[in-house]
Amino acid sequence: MDARRETEPKNRTTVERKTERELVVTRTFDAPARIVFEAWTKPELFKRWWVPKSYGLTLLSCDKDVRVGGKYRLVYSHPTAANPMEFFGRYLDVTPHSRLVWTNEEAGDGGQVTTVTFKETGGKTLLVMHDLYPSKEALDETIASGGTGGTSETFAQLDELLVTLGA
Amino acid sequence: MLNCDERMQKFDADPWNTPLVRECECSSPLACRQSVCYILNYMVQYIRTGFDASFAALSDATRRGVLEQLGRADASITDLAEKFHMTLTGMKKHVGVLEQAGLVTTEKIGRVRTCKLGLRRLEEEAAWIERYRRLWDARFDELDKVVEELKQKEKSYGRKKRD
Repeated sequence: MDARRETEPKNRTTVERKTERELVVTRTFDAPARIVFEAWTKPELFKRWWVPKSYGLTLLSCDKDVRVGGKYRLVYSHPTAANPMEFFGRYLDVTPHSRLVWTNEEAGDGGQVTTVTFKETGGKTLLVMHDLYPSKEALDETIASGGTGGTSETFAQLDELLVTLGA
Repeated sequence: MLNCDERMQKFDADPWNTPLVRECECSSPLACRQSVCYILNYMVQYIRTGFDASFAALSDATRRGVLEQLGRADASITDLAEKFHMTLTGMKKHVGVLEQAGLVTTEKIGRVRTCKLGLRRLEEEAAWIERYRRLWDARFDELDKVVEELKQKEKSYGRKKRD
């Protein structure tokens, strides 16, 4: 059975701009929802995957108070960035093993609200990450800035650089 | 800069990666093969999403002319109305049809509404979405490893419990 699993294609990550204000990312994991949820919410596990090694970023700190009203703050550094970059917000909903909702406040009022749902079927988990922007303009701006890690300009430049290095 | 014939050879060899009218230096764009290919290219791209709207938009000679004009440079509705000897209201309608079809985008700055080809923004958006997808794909590949490890731990813990 394990041999068969190795020959199966990798689970695909999809991204779609569903509407003018919504961006949706999906991915399936070969594990029950409680495991995926745990890897997402426990800082020591989260740190291991949130910043992919190939992107050259270092997660300097990761504070998460995963409960309704609790705050989170992520601080990254990159060899080419003069100052560390911060991302922070609050949890609006925390339903163990099935749903997380948080705000993204580093960009001020233009930040999106992120909802992640974990749906388990037959031992696999479909993860859907949904970003709702306050307006069409806010999402357009995020895209126009070029940054994929947030609306910060530093990150946009960084992304450009990473694409160049990776290409 | 390639001349039209060279560009067409390149286009024939690799149609999806050869930029067309924007860089065309042809003296009579309306007679240029590139313009036709450009419009055909548009149509092919829109088959899935807005074929009917695009087709209707492209069925009018003035609107095809507006697309060509915008392929050379962004322009205000007033500029376009003058160029095509039309009233402002008439040009607004044409631009509206092109905008609905996603072929043109407009932006109002002060009292002037500037029109530009829609394709560029769509291309930029598609490129951004792909980069964003790659970031998440890389993250999720790492998450797979963490998840697999937790699964193994849970399994061996379950075995220990049974033992």
